[in-house]
Amino acid sequence: MSQSEPGQMTQQAEIPDGGVNRQFALLDEFVASLPYKKENLIAILHRAQEIFGSLPEEVQMHIAYLLDIPAAKVYGVVSFYSFFTMKARGRHVVNVCTGTACFVRGAAKIQLEVEKQLGIKTGETTEDGLFTLESLRCVGACGLAPVLVIDGKVYGKVEVGQVKEILGEYREK
Amino acid sequence: MRLETTDALNRLRDESQRLIEVRAQARIEPWEQQMGSIPEDSGAEKAESIPECSGVEKTESIPGGVGVEDTESVPQNAGEKNKEEVEDQDKDKDKDKDREEPAPEGAGGAAPEERAKREMTVLVCGGTGCQASDSEEIIARMRKELAARQMQDRVRVVKTGCFGFCEKGPIMEIHPDDVFYIEVSPDDVPAIVEEHLIQGRYLERLLYVNPVNGERLERNLPFYHRQLRIALRHCGLIAPEDVKEYIALGGYQALAKALFQMKPSEVIAEIRASGLRGRGGGGFSTGLKWELMSRAEGGQRYIICNADEGDPGAFMDRSILEGDPNSVLEGMALAGYAVGATHGFIYIRAEYPLAVHRLQTAIRQATGYGLLGERILGSDFCFGIEIKYGAGAFVCGEETALIHSIEGGRGEPSVKPPYPAQEGLWGKPTCVNNVETLANVPIIIERGADWYAEIGTEKSKGTKVFALAGKVNNVGLVEVPMGTTLREIIFDIGGGVKKGKRFKAAQTGGPSGGCIPAQCLDTPIDYESLLGIGSMMGSGGLIVLDEDDCMVNVAKFYLEFTVDESCGRCTACRVGTKRLHEILSRITEGKGELEDLDRLTELGGIIKDASLCGLGQSAPNPVLSTLKYFRDEYVAHIVERHCPAGVCEALARYTITEKCIGCTVCAKNCPVSCIAGSPKKQHVIDQERCIRCGTCQAKCPVDAIVRK
Ligand SMILES: Cc1cc2nc3c(=O)[nH]c(=O)nc-3n(C[C@H](O)[C@H](O)[C@H](O)COP(=O)(O)O)c2cc1C
Ligand code: SF4
Ligand code: SF4
Ligand code: SF4
Ligand code: FES
Ligand code: FES
Repeated sequence: MSQSEPGQMTQQAEIPDGGVNRQFALLDEFVASLPYKKENLIAILHRAQEIFGSLPEEVQMHIAYLLDIPAAKVYGVVSFYSFFTMKARGRHVVNVCTGTACFVRGAAKIQLEVEKQLGIKTGETTEDGLFTLESLRCVGACGLAPVLVIDGKVYGKVEVGQVKEILGEYREK
Repeated sequence: MRLETTDALNRLRDESQRLIEVRAQARIEPWEQQMGSIPEDSGAEKAESIPECSGVEKTESIPGGVGVEDTESVPQNAGEKNKEEVEDQDKDKDKDKDREEPAPEGAGGAAPEERAKREMTVLVCGGTGCQASDSEEIIARMRKELAARQMQDRVRVVKTGCFGFCEKGPIMEIHPDDVFYIEVSPDDVPAIVEEHLIQGRYLERLLYVNPVNGERLERNLPFYHRQLRIALRHCGLIAPEDVKEYIALGGYQALAKALFQMKPSEVIAEIRASGLRGRGGGGFSTGLKWELMSRAEGGQRYIICNADEGDPGAFMDRSILEGDPNSVLEGMALAGYAVGATHGFIYIRAEYPLAVHRLQTAIRQATGYGLLGERILGSDFCFGIEIKYGAGAFVCGEETALIHSIEGGRGEPSVKPPYPAQEGLWGKPTCVNNVETLANVPIIIERGADWYAEIGTEKSKGTKVFALAGKVNNVGLVEVPMGTTLREIIFDIGGGVKKGKRFKAAQTGGPSGGCIPAQCLDTPIDYESLLGIGSMMGSGGLIVLDEDDCMVNVAKFYLEFTVDESCGRCTACRVGTKRLHEILSRITEGKGELEDLDRLTELGGIIKDASLCGLGQSAPNPVLSTLKYFRDEYVAHIVERHCPAGVCEALARYTITEKCIGCTVCAKNCPVSCIAGSPKKQHVIDQERCIRCGTCQAKCPVDAIVRK
């Protein structure tokens, strides 16, 4: 079955030879492999975000063209779902879990500390393009609350004092 | 290899026994033994009389310090069994004997040459929680260590789903010794292999210590005493990535039975008689839903498994999919057979990579064996399952929104009727069921409706899985018979409130539910009783709040969530929730007025009445229930400008306690010089002038300054 495996929450897929054309070719290939297209808009957007890292206007237009649907419809779907983003993300995506279990165990403080350390607000990307800070709700590790997720790796029972060190590991990478 | 007949399935089941043999001696039917030990008193009689707590007028009488001291009540009923089940009891006794004897001298301490031949199985939790604390690495290390000693052929390492005891993860269980290790780290692996697997000596330091008496327990942890694991029957027991283990334990037998011995209408009748109700929140009778479906006009129809799990502090459905995906697939196939559908979809969030992966594996394997797909088990019944991905929108858990999302559009709810059972996916009759609901289906068909209907209360049958989290000692996944009280879940299973703090409230039902105060702890849980006390069952999120939680702030947290997640179709929901949130923000900032409380109630009522879907209709619940039970906290915020829990920044008070040694550091650092006191004497903060910057608390060398 040609199911699209949705990417790990944040990572851009490894593209062997980088170029933009190659990226569009990958997307075309995926769309061509689907038995039906329009109904699979969401799966296509997942794949596109995996390939391009985000869903900028030209990618949305391209998808609209491929599926022969209005670009407004594509935009309507992209803007509806919080998982889709139109802005390019940084090299590393930092997610603070703001689910209920983490909330009652002090996620807000962790979030403030990450914002302070990175000098950005949630939803923004650092100027050097290294970090994007986002929030998500419950990663299923509530026993480890509060939880911080960086590039899919989960850090549990995070204390405010550890934030700097954890982020530091990624500054070097 | 396709299985063309029931006999072929049975042969595969028998051949696969060797996979689970070692475990079989210890744990294969633990819930069956437990069946005898369901607390007698949890039944229907209590369910009718909802305790005083439900009345709005009675909220003044909050008994102090409920339950914290209660932890000694470890259930003694492990041995107390139902009279009718004498036979089972005898069987249990034998099993118990087998299990208890071996510890010091028996299997573990067997002669070295015998030990060196023993087949063993090491189960390691591969649930999301334990994976986050390196269980993958534990497995890799274990395999490496075993290979280095040429033990890989007789010791199987099995990656399971969640054991439920996530608090103490990563969990490892070793069979046939039936020893339960907690908080295992990859560095413990060599010792486990050397000491336990080779020498037969259990590692004391990795055993759970019963907080009540300090005893180290190898098995039978109090956490499991009051649980009855039916939907979770295979979680933490089998390898979810190997369908043969599921088959070895009787998997797909229910499907075979239905296909060859039952008519679709009989399957529906069985499910109806079992009393199974939807676990996705609404509690609609599953059998009735199927019956309506089967009567719908038109040829093509669909089954959808709702795995969206939007409650932002809950992980039941995900854990079932991660731990036992095949039971959900089998449940879907049974639903398909019952209502005449040949195609099913599972709608799951793309953000759950592990659950997605296990589902894909399970679908591939089951299809390979001909348990899904064309002509299942050689019958005329065809049923295929496809996964559809959500993209992070809470409202997509609502069935009509979910259907629009599968169709590739914006996930906005639509007006019901028509119900999905009449006009659903692509306009065809569609049956939407929750993951946990479906996981219950195969076992009901296998064991019969009567068996299932014995469990639970009069109107709510069976069990319910809860994701127990927050300020509770044993965070984890628990499954209890309906009718169990919150007190039992939180104190007996959950081990009480963390750090000995005072219990304040339990939140159930997530953003659609409410907060249940201490005086309602003895309410037996079922769909009706929870509604009666202003909350709801929801999908099973259960968050424990303690004295340090501010209820106004909790309500604000949920409203923030609904404001974010409202799809915007209805004005009442889109604008109304925003207004509620603004009022709550005002109160937490110390700018509230008493009239705000009436505004909250009134606006809440309007939103409930004027919203199209369940999201809006239930969005005010967190506010209304906290207002009902914790009005005094709202009033304190408004009148005294004080947050009693010390959470709301603007309303917190810093005070110096008698721990102060009079070092003067705080006074020197206070930016507005509002701390008075002479050296070596207790200092005092002038509350009028204090700007609540928190500097003093941070600077005090002896932690004498508290924020309350
Ligand atoms: C806002 C909203 C969110 C919902 N989220 C879920 C969910 O995450 N999972 C779920 O199974 N049902 C959810 N439901 C309930 C579904 O609409 C539907 O009733 C349910 O999937 C039916 O399955 P059941 O009868 O087996 O419970 C939600 C309902 C509403 C109004
Ligand atoms: S109640 Fe809210 S979420 Fe539901 S349809 Fe209306 S606006 Fe959308
Ligand atoms: S909180 Fe700040 S302003 Fe208030 S007493 Fe302490 S240091 Fe002074
Ligand atoms: S810093 Fe602490 S110990 Fe020192 S005077 Fe202030 S409250 Fe007392
Ligand atoms: S709420 Fe953060 S992991 Fe569950
Ligand atoms: S994830 Fe391991 S016990 Fe729950």
